[in-house]
Amino acid sequence: MKSCVIIFPGSNCDRDVAVALQASSGSAPQMVWHGETELPKCDLIVLPGGFSHGDYLRSGAMAARAPIMRAVAARANAGTPVLGLCNGFQIMTEAGLLPGALMRNAGLKFICRDVFLKVENSDTLFTRLYQRGQVVRIPISHHDGNYFADAATLDRLESTGRVAFRYCTADGVVNAAANPNGSLNNIAGILNEAGNVLGMMPHPERLIAKELGGSDGRPMFDALASLLQNA
Amino acid sequence: MKITPEIVAEHGLKPDEYANILRVLNREPNITELGIFSAMWNEHCSYKSSRVWLRTMPTTGPQVVCGPGENAGVVDIGDGQVAIFKMESHNHPSFIEPYQGAATGVGGIMRDVFTMGARPVANLNALRFGAPDNPKTRHLVSGVVAGIGGYGNCIGVPTVGGEVNFDPGYNGNILVNAMCVGIADADKVFYSTASGVGNPVVYVGSKTGRDGIHGASMASAEFDENSEEKRPTVQVGDPFTEKLLLEACLELMAGDAVIAIQDMGAAGLTCSAVEMASKGGLGLLLDLDKVPCREPGMTAYEMMLSESQERMLMVLHPERTEAARAIFERWELDFAIVGETTDTGRFIVCHKGEQVADLPVDVLAEQAPVYQRPWTPTPPAPYLSAKDVPDTDDPGATLGRLMGGPHLASRRWIWEQYDHMVMGDTIQRPGGDAAVVRVHNSRKAIAATTDVTPRYCTASPIEGGRQAIAEAFRNLSAVGAKPLATTDCLNFGNPERPEIMGQFVGCIQGISEACIALDMPIVSGNVSLYNETMGAAIPPTPAIGAIGLIDDIDHMATIAFKQDGDVILLIGETSGHLGQSIYAREIAGRTDGAPPPIDLAAERRNGDFVRMQITSGNVTAAHDISDGGLIVALTEMALAGDRGCTLSLPMNSGLRHAYLFGEDQARYVLSVAPSKADALIAAANAKQVPVTKLGMVGGRDIVLDGKAVQSLIALRHAHENWFPNYMEG
Repeated sequence: MKSCVIIFPGSNCDRDVAVALQASSGSAPQMVWHGETELPKCDLIVLPGGFSHGDYLRSGAMAARAPIMRAVAARANAGTPVLGLCNGFQIMTEAGLLPGALMRNAGLKFICRDVFLKVENSDTLFTRLYQRGQVVRIPISHHDGNYFADAATLDRLESTGRVAFRYCTADGVVNAAANPNGSLNNIAGILNEAGNVLGMMPHPERLIAKELGGSDGRPMFDALASLLQNA
Repeated sequence: MKITPEIVAEHGLKPDEYANILRVLNREPNITELGIFSAMWNEHCSYKSSRVWLRTMPTTGPQVVCGPGENAGVVDIGDGQVAIFKMESHNHPSFIEPYQGAATGVGGIMRDVFTMGARPVANLNALRFGAPDNPKTRHLVSGVVAGIGGYGNCIGVPTVGGEVNFDPGYNGNILVNAMCVGIADADKVFYSTASGVGNPVVYVGSKTGRDGIHGASMASAEFDENSEEKRPTVQVGDPFTEKLLLEACLELMAGDAVIAIQDMGAAGLTCSAVEMASKGGLGLLLDLDKVPCREPGMTAYEMMLSESQERMLMVLHPERTEAARAIFERWELDFAIVGETTDTGRFIVCHKGEQVADLPVDVLAEQAPVYQRPWTPTPPAPYLSAKDVPDTDDPGATLGRLMGGPHLASRRWIWEQYDHMVMGDTIQRPGGDAAVVRVHNSRKAIAATTDVTPRYCTASPIEGGRQAIAEAFRNLSAVGAKPLATTDCLNFGNPERPEIMGQFVGCIQGISEACIALDMPIVSGNVSLYNETMGAAIPPTPAIGAIGLIDDIDHMATIAFKQDGDVILLIGETSGHLGQSIYAREIAGRTDGAPPPIDLAAERRNGDFVRMQITSGNVTAAHDISDGGLIVALTEMALAGDRGCTLSLPMNSGLRHAYLFGEDQARYVLSVAPSKADALIAAANAKQVPVTKLGMVGGRDIVLDGKAVQSLIALRHAHENWFPNYMEG
């Protein structure tokens, strides 16, 4: 598999996701600076977490206008898988690759802790090694993860299976108590219409081995690695 | 401008200090020069009250690569790698403007670490607030925690540990002590000693603005009723720029361009330039017209005293300067050659074509006044017998009250606002004895902890000093780490008062003894004095930060009970010492009495034994016993593992409340598989390590002598809810 990780000024999970990709695929991703205008040939693009441009305007707003994003959008539209994690998800919504917006957490505080996610769609490039309905434990770490979209968009996402993950309890119950940030419909991650772009607030790259406290994030990177190797 | 006695006083200089300036210059300084002197000679930068005592502390050992005097301490961790770490205070600014004060404290300590070539891998902190019912406390907690998180989260270094106390003694002066640990290759450590003549002095990072002017001087004076007016002296943090600065500096340091580097912290441009020149025995010429400024019209005085954040000063090899410039420009940071090294021994500053300062470097850096402040020893506190502290008729209810009170309640509300997992190497998250962070791409790990028990230091500075080191030693040992070295952040009141100086001297003595006995030399630190408001000083608070090394993360311990049926063992001697215990204070309302005595030989023996048992794989959980005593330690292990325990107090345990809640030192609780218990007990006996079988893991309650005194559900509820409920008001 050949993958690219985009580095924006202020990205800080770029190394973490590179480690996860290498662990699953055996090869290190190519790190691409935001100021580039062209992408190398690749089978996967990752927009990593962090605080691009300090999140000083709106999270992701400035990074969405980086020179490299034009190339990322072109590849996404051509079908290349693109994964956005945390700040990467925020950048995707700001860039129009995914609908909706990530607002400030309902509790107004930064939250870093493990949450439970219900896998709502396991029929994707990213989630095919999970079972539909499976509950996985993955950390969140964000200030602006409160997913919002207008009613029509939300309907479209829900009716076409584009909600990939939802916040839930340890037993898989989707309710307000399990919603850490006020996201509509407990949405933690969504897909684009073609299913090749996934944005999610949680950090699967942080739980990929027992010594880190869990490995529920690992199947996502294994799925990407094996799928792309077969491609 | 004519220098009047009033202007001298406004600069925090005493009349005799000013007389000394006149004598060494043989003329009157101009206002810029006076500002430079005040920056170099204030307490914060010169350590003029503490220096004679700091010299008495143990700072060497085979593991020490670089001790105090640099930006941070450097310790060997094997495999050609070093850990670089330090703790520093940001107390005064955090009280005035908690968010920015705490944020820039974090930013400053991280710069100290990456200035030396290390990538920061872990942040910790030690926070002291006033009483929970003080009207300011909630606002300060909220602002400080948000500020620490805001900075650390953005730059992407995990905040993995710390401690928090509430005490009315901090009502007027909170303490915000931030610690940072970094990792570097041993052959890529950078120091602040300039060398060579005619080498470029380079300014990188943020632009210089009018913020923070006189910050260091503020930190060298007491607060009064007008302290709120000092808000403009608090700097504003920009973690995004620091992230860029971090990456640019480490990229530059991978090559061989850097001769010397110093971050611009307290007293900014002045302090960094003078220190680099002084250490190299050189002079330095600075052209302020080249300094990147945020706003036009800044005077030389303002530029020399600005404490704008996220700036560094470097001396570079001339032929590498343009390559260096390219790195910083790619990271969109300012890069300016602002001067050069000289052989004159003079610190010369030019502005708008005029020479605005011409001062001898050695006088500024090394001839700052040194005071032998008079001191009176703290009178010894009398021993408080457990018989004089009332028993509790319901130990379960008492336990619940303590676990759900401000001193022992879970700090989750705080650390969930800190990204404690970024960088993907956090092996033990907050909530245990010590945080454990893996050394990237290896099986080894650094354990880190911050500790001090101010109420012990108040009652006996010497014992309190010893205990701070001993507890750090225990916290590291309890995760299976070999303690390596220590950083200290010495927070005290006004050193011009002999009784405060006596506290300082006592704590230093205790710390030094313990550092020697436990082989944890001091490699870096910071002194914060004048933590007083209207004549009321804080409790003596020598906060200790310490790190240890875990050779293999498969051989460490956590506090969580793992398996029903495991045998619970108590390591160490229990006399039932209640003086200065949480129980005596919170339940019996007794604040008198001596703190528990520290037997450093027992600390060493017991700690070495526990660590050996952990690394040999004989232990399923380990926890040191500190605040709240034995029953609190057991409860913390039960909550962490979500498994109860059944305990039988030994026949000779004496008064029950003293046994359960006494804070005798040098103790640990271990859980071991039943098949390994006998061998471990025999090994302890062979090493003269006291060991007592207490009971067994299992169930959903804390069961004491056949009676379920508390359920885990109730304890967890009390333990987890105090902080969020308090913060919601």
